[in-house]
Amino acid sequence: MTDSMTIAAPILIPLIAAALCAVFWRSASVQRAISLASSVLLLAAAVWLLRTVTTQGIIASNMGGWQAPFGITMVADTFSAVMVVITAVMGMAVAIYSVAYPDTAAREAAGYHPLFQGMIFGVTGAFMTGDLFNLYVWFEVMLITSFGLLVLGGRRDAIDGGVKYVALNLVATTVFLIAIGLLYGVAGTLNMADLSGKLALVENQGLVTVIGLLFLLAFGMKGAVFPLFFWLPASYHTAPMPIAAIFAALLTKVGVYAIIRAFTLIFTGDVGFFSNAIALIAAATMITGVLGAAAHYDIRRILSFHIISQIGYMLMGLAIYTPLAVAGAILYIVHHIVVKANLFLIAGAIRQAGGSFQLKKLGGLYHTRPLLGVLFLIPALSLAGIPPFSGFWGKLLVIDASLQAEHYALAGIALAVGLLTLYSMIKIWLEAFWKPVPEEGSAYGGAVPVTLSRLRFAVMLTPIVGLAAMTMTIGIWTEPFVALAGDAAAQLLDPRAYIAAVMGAPR
Amino acid sequence: MEALIAIAVGVLLASATYLLLSRNLLRLILGLVLIGNAANLTIFAGGRLVGSTPPLLGGSDAGVMANALPQALILTAIVISFALIAFTMGLIYRAQATLETVDTDGMRLAEPPNEPPAVPGTEIAEPAAAPASRPAPRPRRTAAGAAE
Repeated sequence: MTDSMTIAAPILIPLIAAALCAVFWRSASVQRAISLASSVLLLAAAVWLLRTVTTQGIIASNMGGWQAPFGITMVADTFSAVMVVITAVMGMAVAIYSVAYPDTAAREAAGYHPLFQGMIFGVTGAFMTGDLFNLYVWFEVMLITSFGLLVLGGRRDAIDGGVKYVALNLVATTVFLIAIGLLYGVAGTLNMADLSGKLALVENQGLVTVIGLLFLLAFGMKGAVFPLFFWLPASYHTAPMPIAAIFAALLTKVGVYAIIRAFTLIFTGDVGFFSNAIALIAAATMITGVLGAAAHYDIRRILSFHIISQIGYMLMGLAIYTPLAVAGAILYIVHHIVVKANLFLIAGAIRQAGGSFQLKKLGGLYHTRPLLGVLFLIPALSLAGIPPFSGFWGKLLVIDASLQAEHYALAGIALAVGLLTLYSMIKIWLEAFWKPVPEEGSAYGGAVPVTLSRLRFAVMLTPIVGLAAMTMTIGIWTEPFVALAGDAAAQLLDPRAYIAAVMGAPR
Repeated sequence: MEALIAIAVGVLLASATYLLLSRNLLRLILGLVLIGNAANLTIFAGGRLVGSTPPLLGGSDAGVMANALPQALILTAIVISFALIAFTMGLIYRAQATLETVDTDGMRLAEPPNEPPAVPGTEIAEPAAAPASRPAPRPRRTAAGAAE
């Protein structure tokens, strides 16, 4: 396969699937088959992409044969390829899970499959584009499909959450567009690799810093960092669990990806200033997220707030800006996507088995569903950073790097936040699994479990088991993952290879 | 010319911010439209307003040609924002139909139950702040609703 094919395949597969699903609008079973087939194909294409990138180095492809920087370039370096693989894994896990989750038929009739595939299309495109305006377009693809997914059933609270999600995200992308306009005015190009060299030549560096901050604002809003995260806990919990899981896994991480890409490749002129700004944001994000989670008793809200606090760890790696720290951030992103999506899937299973998302109404699940309890503990402890799970290594790398770089305050905050994360996870465990079922007739009694057939519950548990196994694998067989993250970090911090792949004689 | 456009962008952004801060969702839509146009004008000015001759090969010299790239970018942005605004209008229509309010302070269904609104008493819209909205009913909070 040519490089162009290798790069285009992970983008085209979900697009074709979305189109086919729309064609077979009336037949839910055909759509479901297309969706599942597409996720398998996407995973294969993504793994092939990662293999190509790790063996051949960074590959780039100019769409339509227009030479960079005039045309739109798609680029895949190790970081992009890793993100595409993890996207494909998530797509597959959620596609399987959503088959068994209740109300599938109603969702499918409203266009779940085309929207879902469309969102995967937007996410993979965002991970591989080499052009800022093109990134904006991918953001919009991702947004409009996620809007659709969020309000799919038209439930009252989903519409309520959806309005807030839509309003704040539209403002964020408009800020992004304004920043693009200003950057184009300053540099005369929007190709990221081209910008990397040209921004250093701009006379007024203060202007570049301001534009950089505008990008930080726009991407930070996507990534739900402090103080721009309010849309996330207002909306994520209103979506059905498969949709919340894929949102939690991918959407904010596209924002984090864009921040990492922009501040390692484009805005490298004033690293000290941006590092300080990002370090402050990271610390505030970690603390507010975890404290928000501690205050809530709805599983979905606890998990939503933990997304925010975990984003802080990723930004912390970027703020420290050493190869070890960025490698830690990348490993953390991968670990977080797997674990967080899994926790949302488990929350869905808890809802079915216990009849509620409210911790006070739950209880006794360890007695009725012991396997679910064990499956919950794996990602929960991993999220808190307990060895031997994946979260431990991500935290270890980031904290080790911050100690080496003498960012002691950041390291201290990261450790304290880890402890508070453990508190939230133990709270879910104690309330949902350990304590007895609330008595019938008491204030919190009377939650009715959903009766699912054994087969359906087994199908729901399949992706949960798979993702838990991934967490264990990253935790126990860490070496190759750390090496891969190290490669990706080295490429990010020394962008010469990236620029050469884009600007010099693309194949 | 650039100065005029810069002033126009400033005015648009200021009006958009004012409208976006409103509790009425209809004003919010108008704010989104305005801020989108501010962004478009920014891109347009960023491409430098040098001339109005079409940029065709074999035409006049490059100094007076219009810059085609910002126009392509703006065209894309206009199409995208058109679709998004259309979706948002649909969503707000639906919000009005199901929640029976377009006042954001009354929209508290997705918030935790038993938590007071940010400003006490704002669940019923004040006519001066949001003339278009009907008084928001208290969201129903049955046991079944809270369980979801």
